[in-house]
Amino acid sequence: MSTVPVEYFLVVAAALFVVGSVGFLLRRNLLVLLMSIELMLNSVNLTLVAYNRLRPINHDGQNLAFFVIAVAAAEAAVGLAIVLAFFRVRKTIHSDEANLLKN
Amino acid sequence: MKPFDLIFFGLCTLLVLLGGVGTVAAKNPIRGAMGLLMSIVGIAGMYLQLSAEFLAAVQIIVYAGAVVVLFLFVIMLLGPQATTAAGTAGTKPSRYFGAGVFLLLTLGAMSLVWRTRSEIAAIPKPPANLGTIEGIGRELFTTHVVPFELSGALLLVAVVGAIAVARGKQADPTRDEPARKPLDKGPELRAAVTGTGDGHSPHVKEAG
Repeated sequence: MSTVPVEYFLVVAAALFVVGSVGFLLRRNLLVLLMSIELMLNSVNLTLVAYNRLRPINHDGQNLAFFVIAVAAAEAAVGLAIVLAFFRVRKTIHSDEANLLKN
Repeated sequence: MKPFDLIFFGLCTLLVLLGGVGTVAAKNPIRGAMGLLMSIVGIAGMYLQLSAEFLAAVQIIVYAGAVVVLFLFVIMLLGPQATTAAGTAGTKPSRYFGAGVFLLLTLGAMSLVWRTRSEIAAIPKPPANLGTIEGIGRELFTTHVVPFELSGALLLVAVVGAIAVARGKQADPTRDEPARKPLDKGPELRAAVTGTGDGHSPHVKEAG
């Protein structure tokens, strides 16, 4: 059993979320964009589990984190399929090239 | 706080944040995937400290075992083109604006943490079944059984959708390449099989 306060975990989760969101906003590589989304989902999961530890009457936080993991797996599969389809059309995975709807 | 707990927490924090920064800053997506792996392992360690043993196992199995491997498969499928040049979008003022907003938010968050530092205290001991498979499974199959079944349906739909999207059967109508017509290889093949003729089709002879 750990004696580290829950707040420490919350600060780490917030920092990881900021790192993920900065990566999502600044990078132009579709694969890195998907990885940044995974980072943000992970940080939210960490927050959920930390708050569940603070209020251990039931497992609501951990169950929600479980469902988030399931949705994240589905999202990764579909997202990577879309990246592959995009690469087949444009021969690149630069996100600035995704402008077919513009013209 | 026991010193061992703090050391373990610090190690996990280092893994999580270094992995996250590595993911975001990596030029080569394979290094990014390795950073994501580091970050995921660190978060699994934090789950252990928060007495969420089942979720720690799920995190390792699903993320490190499936999601990161899927990323690596796609990176290797794309080959060297998976690395893209640095983006040129965004003007200088917009970049400074973004950096300023993030700086402001970071300073605000740090000041909040600093002002509430006296409230931070060690938390009481958790109940024995917090985070065990038994404790989570009991709630998952009673209170949350409908979302649980729905998530199974979601995963099935996602798999079918991923296959349908990634197969890509039709040609893209926006490309200006003409659609390839099926070639008539009858004469050549017949000649090659029976040994008659010189291997050229009649059209070629007429053209010559």
